Amino acid sequence: MTPLITLKGVNKYYGDYHALRDIDLEIGAGEFFSLLGPSGCGKTTLLRTIAGFEAVSDGVVTIGGRDMADVPANLRPTNMVFQSYAIFPHLSVAENVAFGLRKRADLNRDAKASMVAEALAMVGLEGYGKRAAHALSGGQRQRVALARALILKPKVLLLDEPLSALDKKMREQMQVELIKLQRHVGITFVLVTHDQEEALVMSDRIAVMFEGRIGQLADAETLYRRPQNRQVASFIGKMNFQSAQVHDGGVEVEGFGMVQLALDQMPEPVQPGPAVVGMRPETLGLLFDGEVTDKRILDGIVDEVVYYGDMTYYDVRISGSDKPLNIAMKNIMGRPVLEVGAPTRVVWDPRAMVCFR
Amino acid sequence: MSLRIYAIAYLVFLYAPIALLPIFAFNDATIIAFPLSGATTKWFGELWTTTALHAALKNSLFIACMTAVLSTLLGICAARAGAMYRFPAKAGIMGFIMLPLVLPEIIVAVSLLVVVVQILDLGLSNWTIITAHVLICTPFSIAILNGAFQNLDPSMEEAAMDLGESRFSAFRLVTLPPVMPGIVASLLITFTISLDEFIIAFFLSGSEPTLPVYIWGLLRFPKSLPVVMALGTLLVALSILLLTIAEILRRRGMSRAGVNDKGGFL
Repeated sequence: MTPLITLKGVNKYYGDYHALRDIDLEIGAGEFFSLLGPSGCGKTTLLRTIAGFEAVSDGVVTIGGRDMADVPANLRPTNMVFQSYAIFPHLSVAENVAFGLRKRADLNRDAKASMVAEALAMVGLEGYGKRAAHALSGGQRQRVALARALILKPKVLLLDEPLSALDKKMREQMQVELIKLQRHVGITFVLVTHDQEEALVMSDRIAVMFEGRIGQLADAETLYRRPQNRQVASFIGKMNFQSAQVHDGGVEVEGFGMVQLALDQMPEPVQPGPAVVGMRPETLGLLFDGEVTDKRILDGIVDEVVYYGDMTYYDVRISGSDKPLNIAMKNIMGRPVLEVGAPTRVVWDPRAMVCFR
Repeated sequence: MSLRIYAIAYLVFLYAPIALLPIFAFNDATIIAFPLSGATTKWFGELWTTTALHAALKNSLFIACMTAVLSTLLGICAARAGAMYRFPAKAGIMGFIMLPLVLPEIIVAVSLLVVVVQILDLGLSNWTIITAHVLICTPFSIAILNGAFQNLDPSMEEAAMDLGESRFSAFRLVTLPPVMPGIVASLLITFTISLDEFIIAFFLSGSEPTLPVYIWGLLRFPKSLPVVMALGTLLVALSILLLTIAEILRRRGMSRAGVNDKGGFL
């Protein structure tokens, strides 16, 4: 990976408030990169330092090998899609899209018009050029904002929560379109989102941020399967946390007994003593009548049932543990939905466990 | 039914005195009384030949133009800051800026007179009146412009900068056009307020009276009352014209920004 954007030791203070703490980051050329985290974690601030709207208090930001310290936002090779889209209401769709071409004296009228038409076609808005921008729907505004940013063929496209204002159906559709668009144009995308599903679906790599720090930087699968610490594990997806005791010869998990964990199941250095062990709901299972398994089995009682149509989420109590286990079962043909209070058997595998401090 | 009578009575009380202005302005008699004694335009003709009046009018126009420009500039700054930035004690500061709207003008006039003459030891001139008029007109300007700026997306200027424009040209290209009708409306309304204002101008004008002060001076001579009526007619017509244009522009600005009208001054 050739890094296009690098951040070294970046810190940002607002008065006493430490918004970004020692950020080191490399984003590759052509990568779809996401900054994910709860609100107030500094992800938008980080994006704005790349765009040039915020100066760093400390540290270095380079784009394409060039130090950006003295380069203002209007001269950086980045373009941004704002959360509110920031469509210019007094201009038509075509005038909005052509806005970035104002400074391009080398292009004549026809060249600009054909670039606008091309950009509008790219986002699926052919023939919308003459419309008034303020009369568009949310999804259309977002497409205009995309076309307006992409017409300049920036090295980096920055997206600040671009899908948060859309309804669920529209959002899912735009996710797929954005992935396709990114592959098509080959521009580096940096996306800010608080929606973990969005980040997992769309990104090549994701930086999960908490309180101005990067908690983990990895691809979607690694983040989900091998979270590096408890904070990341509980932010991404659902996870059961069982208290545990680390011994020299293995880990004693509440309700599950002694297990042996591989090195990559203990991402943090863990000392002998108290710890927690995490398990995703879908790595556990229930054994229905007539089914067999070669995995380990525990007896339990159904405590709660949440039916989602394609899936059912069970809370199951097992002996030796206070907390019920959350277990996700696919509703395949012929499999019944259990009722609260029904006895059941929990299938588990120590290879799906991750141990944290 | 009684509501209708009330409404009609209300409008009669509001506009009957003003309706009398043009009636007597065209009446061919020096005494302001019924019955009317034939139509004439000689009072308007007399306006044309009174040179003292022309000087007063020139003063008033100068003061009104300067006041309109200055208070609208201040209004733009305040409304933009109010709409786009968050800062400590914002509500309190905005409240204090708007306060002159409800301050009695005579209080403003007396205290400014004290400041200018006693404390600063300056002479009275058109500029002292302009200063005071800017003080009372700026809140009106802010109130008009707030509507225009509040509907702007605060990210728009950043978006324009992101697309290659400098900070100032971003303001000029994306903030100014949508609020332009509001700015023109503000110019017209503050111009009208300043042109019509009497109390402050009376206290703070030196040897050069403004038009309202000149009119007040004329009232001592019963013979010139019909001339005052003629002048008043022209002023009322001008005020109504300017305010109507201002309101039309304000509404057009609202619809251009794609928002529902939320009232306004008129």
